[in-house]
Amino acid sequence: MVICIVTINEGKNQHNHSMLKVHRDICGYCGCCVSVCPEGALELIDAYLSVEPNCTSCGICAKVCPLGALEVVNEK
Amino acid sequence: MKNKYDVLIIGGGPAGALAGKTAAEKGLSALIVEKRPAIGAPVRCAEGIGREALLEFIDADPRWISAEMHGAGIIAPDGFFMKLESDMAGSKVGYVLDRKFFDRELVWKAAEAGADVAVKSRAAAPIMENGVLKGAKIEYCGTVTDVRADVVIAADGVESKFSKWCGIDTTVPVREIMSSVQYVMADIDIDQHSTIFYLGNDVAPEGYLWIFPKGHRTANVGIGISGKKSGEGHRAKDYLDKFVKKTFPNGKTIEYIPGGVSVCRPLDCTVADNLLITGDAARVVDPLTGGGIYNAMYTGKLAAEVAADCISKSDTSKKALMIYDKTWRASKMGKAIERNYNIKEYLIKQPDEKLNEIIHSVSKMNLKEFSTLSLIKEIIKVNPKLMLELGALAASIR
Repeated sequence: MVICIVTINEGKNQHNHSMLKVHRDICGYCGCCVSVCPEGALELIDAYLSVEPNCTSCGICAKVCPLGALEVVNEK
Repeated sequence: MKNKYDVLIIGGGPAGALAGKTAAEKGLSALIVEKRPAIGAPVRCAEGIGREALLEFIDADPRWISAEMHGAGIIAPDGFFMKLESDMAGSKVGYVLDRKFFDRELVWKAAEAGADVAVKSRAAAPIMENGVLKGAKIEYCGTVTDVRADVVIAADGVESKFSKWCGIDTTVPVREIMSSVQYVMADIDIDQHSTIFYLGNDVAPEGYLWIFPKGHRTANVGIGISGKKSGEGHRAKDYLDKFVKKTFPNGKTIEYIPGGVSVCRPLDCTVADNLLITGDAARVVDPLTGGGIYNAMYTGKLAAEVAADCISKSDTSKKALMIYDKTWRASKMGKAIERNYNIKEYLIKQPDEKLNEIIHSVSKMNLKEFSTLSLIKEIIKVNPKLMLELGALAASIR
């Protein structure tokens, strides 16, 4: 198992050219999103939300976020 | 922090603290790792607990009790107020805790019993050997240390990752995560000895809004809505802001607390070889109330008791640890979770008109035992036809 110790800011999906954007000014670092992620791609590391490369940009986390801190962005 | 313990506990909340304390009291070496730099903070909780439930684990102490509750109120979608009081007027039925100090007290008790504690220490990965769990890689200030243990107790909360890394599906269904926000508000007009619950599709779809007093003119004012109902422009924060603007326009928010609460059924299985899963990480939150403090303490303590027994017999396989899973499911807590899950499933399907009808049936209720079960029993008593609608579920409520 590979665990990303150095985490990246956004999860970029290779397949459909969309990515999960974390609005860090809105995120309250509560972990609500982590519990619903079917891929296990999110992790709450204290006051830091990491998005790992296996994120599929499904948007479930963005839907449930109580604050609206997550957004699936489509790249051109 | 040593490199080998009998029991390694991931998470320093109520589940982890009780596991650490119990393990140490049983003569085991135990380490509690907490990823946050402080025990108890940030709070992710409405902080309410029933009196009897608390006293099962610890004597009430004013240092970590914010307020004593004497009763409660439920506000129907149409605004009708149902008052709930104890049979014995004025007696304490529950508490609103100060989790920052409560959690510290629990971890202090674990430390006093002999458990090691490490903060800002995160389980970054399990140590697996031939597919078997042997401990965890603990990251602290940029260094990673292998900590081996006979048994790992996962007490890593709603955002739990550890069990998932060990191959257990812990994903909470979207419709069963309560997307939540709470403000600690000051300078507001409240009854400081009564918890208030607001129901209704316009106020809190498939959830509820709460006012849990923290003392004179101050309270936790929060909301949980189903993840299914959450989305841009209608998130938990939007609903709470609307309520606060209308109800407490001059109140001051002194703390801002987002969070997630699972209201699904518990994990299908809460053990694996050398692994026990407890508290929110095991999804043992009460699905009707969203309360999880007692259930966390209960499962944390039980997990350590089972770990101690299995370690003494040199068998910590899934099969040997399975008694933990069986015991909590058969316990009063396990049965309450199953029953309350079914009641929750019934209630979220009811339109506001039906909730109004149920709540209108009684304006004031005196409860012999102050619990959700006795409340539901009383409601059924005055709404006998509910018995038919509840069908098979009714049998579990009698």
